Amino acid sequence: MKNENQPGIKEEIVISIRGLYKSFGESQVLKGIDLDVFKGENFVVLGRSGSGKSVLIKIIAGLLKPDQGIVNVIGLKVDKLNQKELQGLRLKMGFIFQSSALYDSMTIRENLEFSMIRNFKHLSSTEINTAVEEVLDAVGLKEKINQMPSDLSGGQIKRIGIARTLILRPEIMLYDEPTAGLDPITCTEINELINEVQSRYNTSSIIITHDLTCAKETGHRIAMLQDGNFFRLGTFEEVFDTDDIRMKSFFDYNFIR
Amino acid sequence: MNIRKSVVRLINTFYLFLRKYKSGDDLFSKRVDSFFIETYSIHKFIARFFKELFQKPSEFREIIRQCYEVGFKSIPLITLTGFVIGIVFTKQSRPPLVEFGAASWLPSLIGIAFVRALGPLVTALIAAGKVGSNIGAELGSMKVTEQIDAMDVSAVNPFKFLVVTRVVATTVMIPVLTLYCTFVGLLGSYLNVHQNELTSFVTFIESAFAQVSFLDVSSAVVKSVIYGFTIGIVGCYRGFNASHGTQGVGKAANRAVVFSMFLIFAEEMIVVQITNWIASF
Repeated sequence: MKNENQPGIKEEIVISIRGLYKSFGESQVLKGIDLDVFKGENFVVLGRSGSGKSVLIKIIAGLLKPDQGIVNVIGLKVDKLNQKELQGLRLKMGFIFQSSALYDSMTIRENLEFSMIRNFKHLSSTEINTAVEEVLDAVGLKEKINQMPSDLSGGQIKRIGIARTLILRPEIMLYDEPTAGLDPITCTEINELINEVQSRYNTSSIIITHDLTCAKETGHRIAMLQDGNFFRLGTFEEVFDTDDIRMKSFFDYNFIR
Repeated sequence: MNIRKSVVRLINTFYLFLRKYKSGDDLFSKRVDSFFIETYSIHKFIARFFKELFQKPSEFREIIRQCYEVGFKSIPLITLTGFVIGIVFTKQSRPPLVEFGAASWLPSLIGIAFVRALGPLVTALIAAGKVGSNIGAELGSMKVTEQIDAMDVSAVNPFKFLVVTRVVATTVMIPVLTLYCTFVGLLGSYLNVHQNELTSFVTFIESAFAQVSFLDVSSAVVKSVIYGFTIGIVGCYRGFNASHGTQGVGKAANRAVVFSMFLIFAEEMIVVQITNWIASF
């Protein structure tokens, strides 16, 4: 299903997955996933804990190897790339971890500079400083530049996690539970930030979440992952306009609490 | 030809032994499996270290920072330990030497003991406890909090930045700390000797090194380089492969210390045998 009528979304496919299988020991997590993500699109993957949502984006980022299947990102087969090619691809991909995974021995400035210094050696320190300040400004945390990650709140850590990936100007953003463990107001702020990132930097995103508010506010298309495969895919209204008990219980828990 | 057949037969027997125990579910077979898997992955880890050592980027600044962490921050502990061992070893060695009328040999005895064994071994064991556990815990914590994965996805090679820099730092700094420990130990020993015999420091040092040969010094340097490499690589391997949350971090730190101490003793015995064999010519 395409979203040609959505503003900013093009027909160009940036992530294409065919017949993806992944298992850990006896447990088969992904069973033949097929997926296309379009340029400029926010694609949300919903699902229960342990359904393989995070495994899916870790395979896309090349952190895990698939057992079977083809994963194509910006025209490159991820599992066939050597280390150098994979690093080149990763510069075009931002991965926001559930815990944000900030380097806790470094200041916020050092966290943001870390990858840039090593990957863009031609840049001067002034240019790097400007880039750091610009992304911190984009996430609204310019004043935290010299603080340590341990000095920040959960929401601020998420924002810095997003800023750390934005500094590399990625074409694709992979969000792993961006609103997990945050209060409703901070969740709304993070959802707005995800949308702002998409419109400002024209990124294509996969957002892994349990949070239906996040899915509704950020997702152009939504897929429900269950038993190793997508069993519903479409816009928020299309996915939840059903009597299927699995969808209803998911919906009710999120909105009638 | 017979030797070739014997080797083939031995490999076949070994292979059958592995196959026999590989398919079983009993504890023994699992331990055999995990032993070989662990041995394989450690060797792979070491091979990766040497492969990435000469690749760019050099991470020179991080190596210097790690040298400071490993070297400078270990100085207080090395000073205390080396000094106390120098005093105690001299105090304990004096009575039997006096009994045989050989008190004047005390500086030589101390010199040989510190250069050949005590300096490298004491430094390595202290560094295994302090530096090895630190590396194991730090990398283990980074692993379980996904910071290593975060480096990976931001197109930075975490192995080069975290492992290569630390192993180079320990390999370079342990010989320096060994030299320092030997000096401090001799200083402690001198205080005790001076208290009893009123010997000057220059005379003490001359006597201490009178019996120390080039082979003793070079074997000590080689030993401390090997110990430094062992401490770094074991700490990094344990930390880099940590799992199961905070408990895994504790285990990584603990295993880094225990395994590197075990290897240090094994290496000590091997190097001593080789040194004695060379000295016999």
